[in-house]
Amino acid sequence: MNVKAKKGLLHVLFWIALLVLWQLASLIYGPEILPGPIYTAKGGYELLSDGTLLQYIGISAYRVLLGWTLGSLIAVPVGIVIGKVGVIRIFAEPFLNFIRFIPPIAFITLFLVWFGIGETSKVMLIMYATFFIVILNTLTGVMSVEEDKIRSARSMGASEWQIVIHVVIPATVPFIFTGIRLAMGTSFMAIIGAEMIASNEGVGYLIWNSRLFFRTDWIFVGLICLGLMGFITDRVVAMLGRKALSRYGVVSTTSLKR
Amino acid sequence: MSTLPKQNEIHIERLNKSYTQQSAGDLHYIIQDVDLVVKGGEFFVLLGPSGCGKSTLLSLIAGFVSKTSGQVRVGEKEVERPGQDRAVVFQQADSSLFPWLTVRENVEFGLRMKRIPAAKRQEISDQFIALVGLLGHESKFPRELSGGMKQRVQLARVLSNDPAILLMDEPFGALDAMTRRTMQRELVKIWQETDKTVIFVTHDIQEALLLGGRIGIMSAGPSSRITDIYDIPLSYPRDLAAPEFHALYSQIQAHFDE
Repeated sequence: MNVKAKKGLLHVLFWIALLVLWQLASLIYGPEILPGPIYTAKGGYELLSDGTLLQYIGISAYRVLLGWTLGSLIAVPVGIVIGKVGVIRIFAEPFLNFIRFIPPIAFITLFLVWFGIGETSKVMLIMYATFFIVILNTLTGVMSVEEDKIRSARSMGASEWQIVIHVVIPATVPFIFTGIRLAMGTSFMAIIGAEMIASNEGVGYLIWNSRLFFRTDWIFVGLICLGLMGFITDRVVAMLGRKALSRYGVVSTTSLKR
Repeated sequence: MSTLPKQNEIHIERLNKSYTQQSAGDLHYIIQDVDLVVKGGEFFVLLGPSGCGKSTLLSLIAGFVSKTSGQVRVGEKEVERPGQDRAVVFQQADSSLFPWLTVRENVEFGLRMKRIPAAKRQEISDQFIALVGLLGHESKFPRELSGGMKQRVQLARVLSNDPAILLMDEPFGALDAMTRRTMQRELVKIWQETDKTVIFVTHDIQEALLLGGRIGIMSAGPSSRITDIYDIPLSYPRDLAAPEFHALYSQIQAHFDE
């Protein structure tokens, strides 16, 4: 048996062991306190067959992807400008380091007041969750472009604008990429918070609402969906990054083979 | 015969570079009262101990740092900023090459900044890739190359812009002894084929003697100066084993023994 098949087998065994442990634990504590895998699967099937689960996943994914994309699109140029212009950086840096400690969830009520109860407030919240992480990473990237690269471009006749386009931005790509990947994680946290407090649909709503019926199995279904959604999007983003941006030095950190 | 200075001649008069120490408030000279004339087409080596300000002098000629007082002229023009007439080959290829560009794209960088059409770019890059012996490696990325090959890329990259002057900051310092010898030999050949003025910084007496038409000895910093200039009457390629070589070596070595 080759190494790859061995590794695959180990993975399968690991997951089976985990499921068995989970099932055993649920037998000890009872399905209301800790629903086991079988119980959870039944609950999941229930939610799947009436269509709510897929609908909720779709809604949550849509909110996250929209807010995350918009947030990143705005944050990257802003980060580059802050990194490149010293005067702006002096003022922006303390502000960024102040605001990054305020978690998106703390803003939920304010965002509802400012942007209404509809989709806008949720998407804005995701944008907020994405924005500062991407800015800070982009900024760090711009600041760490080696002086020799800029100097050599300059003595080969590049204008300051050309240096930004052809040296600073390409050199910053790995930092930007790390930033948007990290932002994906905070986006998921933010959307669940928002959906728990102010929504009638979505995975966060499912998790929160299930408490009314004491359906702990539905809560588990929600948790597993969240994990899978995050895992899959991160893998897809990492793969796209590796495929499209490898020349900029973007490498996948989650790749199983070292 | 014209009395006008040639475009690849360098005149340095009473050049000072100092910085003020914030705490003490007094002036510290890195280099002090440097006078030097480098003739067009000359291979001039700046030799001195580490930290003596050789690189600072090179950066002043390149226009990367501003002088405190004195004059640096290239041809008739006072140096104020980097210019395409003065190409710089940096010590660290990794920090100065663009890792997201292939060998050919690196070599064509300056031409692309000047918006030279692709066909013409290709023609020029072909010529210099061949000159530095990198044929067959055009589509590799810098990370796929050895240290010596990376320095060849740096050389081809600056030569393709047809600069009048090459400023080289210990470019072979990080290479193993064998590669270094090859690179030194080839640099001399390339210099003989083009009519560039070369200023080459090193702290290696043997390297200085292998390369330089003249060798300027810099005193240890701070307040470093060019204390002596040696004319090296040996023909190229130079013979390490020749008695004249040894005589000069001992003579120069004596400067650093005190």
